[in-house]
Amino acid sequence: MKDIAEIRADFPILNRKVYGKPLVYFDNGATTQKPNCVLDAVNEVYESYNGNIHRGVHFLSDMSSEAYETAREKVRSFVNAGKKEEIVFTSGTTGSINGIAFSFGERYIKPGDEIILSCLEHHANIVPWQMMCERKGAVLRVIPINDNGEIILEEYYKLLSSKTRLVSVAQASNALGTLLPVTEIIDAAHSANIPVLIDGAQGIQHGIVDLKEMDCDFYVFSGHKIYGPNGIGVLYGKENWLSELPPFQGGGDMVDKVTFEKTTYNELPFKFEAGTMNYPGAIGLARALDYVLDIGKEYIASMEKDLLIYATSRLSALKDLILYGKSDRKISTISFLIKDIHQYDTGMILDKMGIAVRTGTHCAQPVMARYGIDGTVRASLCFYNTKEEIDALCDGIEKVKSMFA
Amino acid sequence: MFDDWMDKYNLLIDLGKDLPVIDPKYKVKDFLIEGCQSKVWLRPSYDGNLITFTADSDAIITRGIVALLIKVLSNRTPEEILSADLYFIDKIGLRQNLSPTRSNGLLSMVRQMKLYAMAFNAKSK
Repeated sequence: MKDIAEIRADFPILNRKVYGKPLVYFDNGATTQKPNCVLDAVNEVYESYNGNIHRGVHFLSDMSSEAYETAREKVRSFVNAGKKEEIVFTSGTTGSINGIAFSFGERYIKPGDEIILSCLEHHANIVPWQMMCERKGAVLRVIPINDNGEIILEEYYKLLSSKTRLVSVAQASNALGTLLPVTEIIDAAHSANIPVLIDGAQGIQHGIVDLKEMDCDFYVFSGHKIYGPNGIGVLYGKENWLSELPPFQGGGDMVDKVTFEKTTYNELPFKFEAGTMNYPGAIGLARALDYVLDIGKEYIASMEKDLLIYATSRLSALKDLILYGKSDRKISTISFLIKDIHQYDTGMILDKMGIAVRTGTHCAQPVMARYGIDGTVRASLCFYNTKEEIDALCDGIEKVKSMFA
Repeated sequence: MFDDWMDKYNLLIDLGKDLPVIDPKYKVKDFLIEGCQSKVWLRPSYDGNLITFTADSDAIITRGIVALLIKVLSNRTPEEILSADLYFIDKIGLRQNLSPTRSNGLLSMVRQMKLYAMAFNAKSK
């Protein structure tokens, strides 16, 4: 098993300095850094076998197409989906949710129908549903959270009704780090024949995702949040759902026969992949997933658990530090404020010390409003971070306090 | 001028203490310039000749930069404000705080100051 020094050596950007100081990259919830093998895989496409996929008869096109479909199978295997027809490549989590919200709305939603979300959701899992509800005359219902930042399941059960058409929740909160009780959420919804979409944007990086076990109807995630390139994501949908849903984008490759009178659609998953897909991105994503498997999913999970425990204990011990999201079940993300100091001030000073955190609402304004605040400082850690970096953050926080005392 | 970022930010923090503070009763939506990262309230006064500004921010570094902008742009005629090009921001290395990507209300504030100047200018003609 690789040790932390070897792991960090795989990620070239981790060696750089910012403002003359070593980079402490604690913004993995926003995007992750890339290992050399992923960079090489993407370059290799452009350097040696780039050709448009599914369209050509020539060697390059064949090689790219094969690599793209191999990537699809790797994704299927990584998330343990049933069939590769259930794996659709998209532009990312936001693209995936917008697509499903649109198509599901077209096919199934009537005025008065309800969609259930949670208070913890990222705007990507709120706005597309709001837009669809507005178009279709449907209503959003929101599962509340307690002060620890956890879903109140009893309230969720009350929201499920004969009007509910779909439940869409995150696997983990990007703002607070809380893991949602997806098993209970899915079980309850399924017992009422209601489908569930799980937003895996944060979960894919940290969780051991097994879609067969989870049994959700849709699962979405972004490549750039699991050490893969930007501009590529995945939409998983159970075959029975994807077969019924209309496409959300029209164009080349998603068609069977086209005439101006009528066009019929291609089979799954191509029905949902209009235009030239980001095949270098998909190939890069597959390489990133291979990298994660090489390091070991359980090993990664245990490293991140150690980091979370250490960071939580060190930060909790700091005077005047307020932690948000104190669930026992969390990913390695910590949201906090220094008492009486604006998050922007904290973030700006930490930045000058080489520490990259995110400040503000984290595209999750409703959960900030729930706590009556307008933002926090968020440190989102992953397996290539270290305890020394957490120490540096704590030193940085003391520095911030002294500057604004 | 500033090599040490700490000196720069300490100066900003000090400058913020000299900010002509907006009357709390004016910390309302009409005078709020919302940015993603920190809020800025800005209120103009015009005596027919010079425009003066009072302001505040909920973040201290932003208060400091606001104070700096007001030192330069307050107590000026509308024409002076409209023609100001704020070169000093680059000179002291504060450009990063006023780039469009950092949506912290400051760019909006400068724009708003110029808009007030334009409005008072038009009014006085």
